[in-house]
Amino acid sequence: MSKITDKLREYRTAGYYTEFDYHWTMAIDLDSCTGCEACVVACQAENNLPIVGEKLMRQGREMKWLRIERYWEGEYPDARLNFIPMLCQQCDEAPCEIACPVFATYHNQDGLNAQVYNRCIGTRTCAVYCPYEVRFFNWFTYTWDEPLEQQLNPDVTVREKGVMEKCTFCVQRINRAKDLARDEGRRVADGEMQPACAQSCPTDAIVFGDRNDPESAVSRKLKDPRAYKVLEELNTHPSVVYLKNAREPLPGHDEGEHHGEESGGHAGSPVMWSEESSEAVA
Amino acid sequence: MSATRELMFDHGQPSYSEVNHDVIKALTTTTWRYWVTLGISAGTALLFFIAPWIYQIIVGVGAAGMNRNAMWGTYLSNFIFWIGLSHSGTLLSAVLHITQSDWRKSIYRSAEAMTLFSLMTAAMFVMVHVGRVWFVHWTFPVPNPMELWPNFRSPLMFDVMAIVTYLTASSVFIYMGSLPDFAAVRDRSTGLRKRIYTIMCFGWRGTAHEWHTLSWAYTFFAVLVIPLAVSVHSIVSWDFAMSTVPGLHQTIFAPYFVCGAIYSGTAGIVTVMWMLRRFMGFGRYIGQLHIDNLSKLLLVLSLIWTYINISEMFTGWYSGTSFEYEAILFRIKDGPYAWLYWEMIAFCALVPLALFSKRIRTNWNVMLVISILINIGMLTERFIIVASSLPRKFLPDAFGVYFPSLVEISITVGSFAIFTTLFLLFVKIFPAVSIYEVKETLNPLRKKEAHS
Repeated sequence: MSKITDKLREYRTAGYYTEFDYHWTMAIDLDSCTGCEACVVACQAENNLPIVGEKLMRQGREMKWLRIERYWEGEYPDARLNFIPMLCQQCDEAPCEIACPVFATYHNQDGLNAQVYNRCIGTRTCAVYCPYEVRFFNWFTYTWDEPLEQQLNPDVTVREKGVMEKCTFCVQRINRAKDLARDEGRRVADGEMQPACAQSCPTDAIVFGDRNDPESAVSRKLKDPRAYKVLEELNTHPSVVYLKNAREPLPGHDEGEHHGEESGGHAGSPVMWSEESSEAVA
Repeated sequence: MSATRELMFDHGQPSYSEVNHDVIKALTTTTWRYWVTLGISAGTALLFFIAPWIYQIIVGVGAAGMNRNAMWGTYLSNFIFWIGLSHSGTLLSAVLHITQSDWRKSIYRSAEAMTLFSLMTAAMFVMVHVGRVWFVHWTFPVPNPMELWPNFRSPLMFDVMAIVTYLTASSVFIYMGSLPDFAAVRDRSTGLRKRIYTIMCFGWRGTAHEWHTLSWAYTFFAVLVIPLAVSVHSIVSWDFAMSTVPGLHQTIFAPYFVCGAIYSGTAGIVTVMWMLRRFMGFGRYIGQLHIDNLSKLLLVLSLIWTYINISEMFTGWYSGTSFEYEAILFRIKDGPYAWLYWEMIAFCALVPLALFSKRIRTNWNVMLVISILINIGMLTERFIIVASSLPRKFLPDAFGVYFPSLVEISITVGSFAIFTTLFLLFVKIFPAVSIYEVKETLNPLRKKEAHS
């Protein structure tokens, strides 16, 4: 009986864990991001993402766990392009996790928002509930043309039709590093492993690490006054932190009109100020 | 009360044996027209629903028009429409039973059948919707060695529970209410039919004790079914309302959906009653009083529905957040489906205003048109909610559009054929008008005549 009551108590705890063994976190410096999309390609190669082809791309069915969102600011000639790499935010209070009727998505002991492909029945509710639109559905069973299937990553499952998938923070690399550390009787050291996107970033805009360790590079980034989280007002507690683009305002723009850019701290999402600034021009 | 009884029968009261004769005749005499209609509707169901579905299972849900931005589409909106249509039958029957409204007695059996069959059609849409239908049993709490249970925090889980409960309760309700009628059919038939109905009526003999137990159990189930019916569509609305999507994340959704469900269900009953009068020869039992009362109910529901719609718009405007306000604007003005929104307003809010006139309320043919228009409007409403909210959530970079594919349109058409097929089978198995309860409403004076 006590076992059942214990389980009920567990149920009431959002995500089942209040403390995580590791709390994997990513910090993305938008000032350093050049929008080169090396991370996108690296992610595609590492995680066996299918190349869906032109037709499906036009239908809006591309599979890119990590995408570079582009937001134009101002009007030509005083125009400027802002990039935001958008990937699964591994929210601690994830809207997607309550949605799944069969527990195909849940919060694991590392603070990751895990997706169990085998368990997924494809109701797609998680993708509807996700405010960041970073969940991708296998509309078909995708195949790789002849020698290309040789380059599939053996550490990562190839997904079949009817299954939801999303960024895992390269969980296969995390698990390998954790296994190695456990064998040697220590914790995973800072910078010992990196997800494919962070590894491939030429400007080191992406920093990955354990937030539980106050000395880690990512913990130091979190204290940066430029740090903010996207759509924080939805109370999702994302594990991806963005460092604001601290450039001069465009000529002809009042500072008050895009306060989000200038005032620092948690002044709202970049999406909101990009909308406001385009309204101001129009 | 006697005035009401006079109104119930347009062409004079039938005698006891006439009731038996009329209702059972509909079961035993089958014209070629029935077989042709059944063949057409079963063929349509096969060709437009089953065949595209098999195709979709083979290639994947990509056969439908959904994409990354709109992960839900017509399958889900149709699911909600059919659940909604199911709402009036059992609910209306139970409420009217408890309030002892005699006029329910000749229409409730078919209304309850409508509930049952639209619920089944809705359940089909769940299967069509999911990506891997072959694992759909995982949504049930089946004991397993991995200790993997369904997620009881998920609104979809509530959905499964609510629908299964409602389906079970409605089936028991309709079957239990039909027991004396099965016995009546048994007594009047021969051969194989007699043997089947002997089993179906559970040995009903019509003793005083049996009648007492039946009426007690029937009232018990009527009381049980009412909260169920309200909860089912509230829970379905939480599929939407528990998300953070602008345009869906609204507290008004539960009453909105329940009201819309009863509204579309009542309109559906009017359509079905017209069919029963026209094709099954029940004009004697379903008359002016019934259509007048149903139309009054429709009028009240349409006013409530309009009020909730206005308050939804007001909330969007008053919230002041750009997301919520833009979602509303996209729905009614800027989006590709804005014209559908105004079509819905015209059909569900403006057209029913005509029901203030008694001449329109009691005209069966006009009511058929109005009831079909209302259900077109309600089908559109569910589509708009899904198709205009999901493609535009928060990040403008991920904005998209959603258009249904041919497979989706075909399956939508086919679902109506499935419903029709099930209903056609029903009218030949169940007495579509309750024999014993119609007899209860007969004037006592006529009872004497019937005996003499």
